[in-house]
Amino acid sequence: MRWLARQRAFLDFTLLSLWRRKGKNAALILAYALVVFLVASVMFAVRALRTEAANVLAGTPELIVQRMLAGRHETVPESYVATVKAIRGVSRVTPRLWGYYFNRAAGATYTVMAPAGFAHGHGEIVVGPGVARTWLSPVDGQYLFRTVAGDSAGFVPVEALPEDTELVSGDLILMSGADFRRVFGLPEGFYTDLAVSVPNERELETVTEKIQRALPDTRPIQRRELLRTYAAVFDWRGGYVIVLLSGAGLAFFIFAWDRATGLSAEERREIGVLKALGWDTADVLSMKLWEGLTISLTAFLLGLIAAYVHVFLAGAGLFAQALKGWSVLAPRLDLTPAIDPTELLSLFFLTVAPYAVITLIPAWRAATTDPDAVMRG
Amino acid sequence: MMPLRPSDRFGLLLALLALALAGLLAVHPRLSAEAGARRTAEAARLVAELGLTDLCLLPEARYTRHLSQADLFSAFQDHPGAMDHFPSGSFLAPPAGLWQAAP
Repeated sequence: MRWLARQRAFLDFTLLSLWRRKGKNAALILAYALVVFLVASVMFAVRALRTEAANVLAGTPELIVQRMLAGRHETVPESYVATVKAIRGVSRVTPRLWGYYFNRAAGATYTVMAPAGFAHGHGEIVVGPGVARTWLSPVDGQYLFRTVAGDSAGFVPVEALPEDTELVSGDLILMSGADFRRVFGLPEGFYTDLAVSVPNERELETVTEKIQRALPDTRPIQRRELLRTYAAVFDWRGGYVIVLLSGAGLAFFIFAWDRATGLSAEERREIGVLKALGWDTADVLSMKLWEGLTISLTAFLLGLIAAYVHVFLAGAGLFAQALKGWSVLAPRLDLTPAIDPTELLSLFFLTVAPYAVITLIPAWRAATTDPDAVMRG
Repeated sequence: MMPLRPSDRFGLLLALLALALAGLLAVHPRLSAEAGARRTAEAARLVAELGLTDLCLLPEARYTRHLSQADLFSAFQDHPGAMDHFPSGSFLAPPAGLWQAAP
């Protein structure tokens, strides 16, 4: 009990001491919280996007077969469908028609797809949520496309894809196969690629090999490769994420370095006075430990709360802008919370503990020197 | 009533912050779970129905819009020697092979 009362007294003293330099300490907490906010935001967004990608893309075709020509993606002739279908283990082959349409007025590139069994008629389209937002001034309610022949084709948007599907359909425009061929000039009998259904997961490798043997100019992409791609994109160690984290880590290092390399003249004088008044080294260190904990705990909690609100309640505005890049279509990040307690714990130990400990080093140095020398500077 | 000591006030502040954080971490995911599951199920249904392959996250370039479908040297696909000039290219980790030391 006595120990507790003593520590509480140290904490009282520390808080009053921090309050005396409130401007400087508030700035310190704010900057520290900003570092935690950045790291935690990345952590939350990355985990949520990985989970979302894995769940949403689970139903994607088991195998996509592209044709390559001179190292580039080329259209697939219809004869390939029968060749792939004849392979044992393949239950269905769906030729896909899709491509990109650049709308000069909107300055945006859209994904145009002609799904098999398109439920609407000639001259009608279904648009994704992002398309409806960005396509500028439809004429007479029609979306005008410039076809490959140089003329204009008007399409009536008859349905909008649900807002809930924006993560996969933001820039999607669906139309009939005949309209697709008219806009892009793709001749009959050719497709963009093939979606291959292989119900038995264990046969996938063999089917892939057989496709490559029968059609050497193709590139089969398995679903697990596709999921691996997304796991890699949102990986801690790669790309943008590492840039953000390095910045935050560096900022934190500068903090820690600043604290570790010295105390201000005022702080040194304070320690000198305390020592002259009869505080021993352990007391000074206790006070400094409380100071480090007070600052780092407050900053950690503030940063984490702000990060959660930013990512899961405010649509991760900071990252949406980064993801948008030079595109006109800004993806809406409506993320479902997916949090890993281990990551939170790691963040806690990587931010709170080092800071609290590092504040002890200069204090220990000052506290072990003669009070007279400390006060004289 | 005795005035609160600084440590009491700080304890109170910390407790409030911890409570707010616990509320966010424990309560908000439960409250938003239904909407989240509906969103995911709806998107997954569309993916299965249309045979979609990629997330519409980085729509600025063909090879970032369809990451899994892009060719393996997509940064240079516009013409030989063309560097990756879209900011979102920086999101992507280099291919796994590049991390391993050359034999």
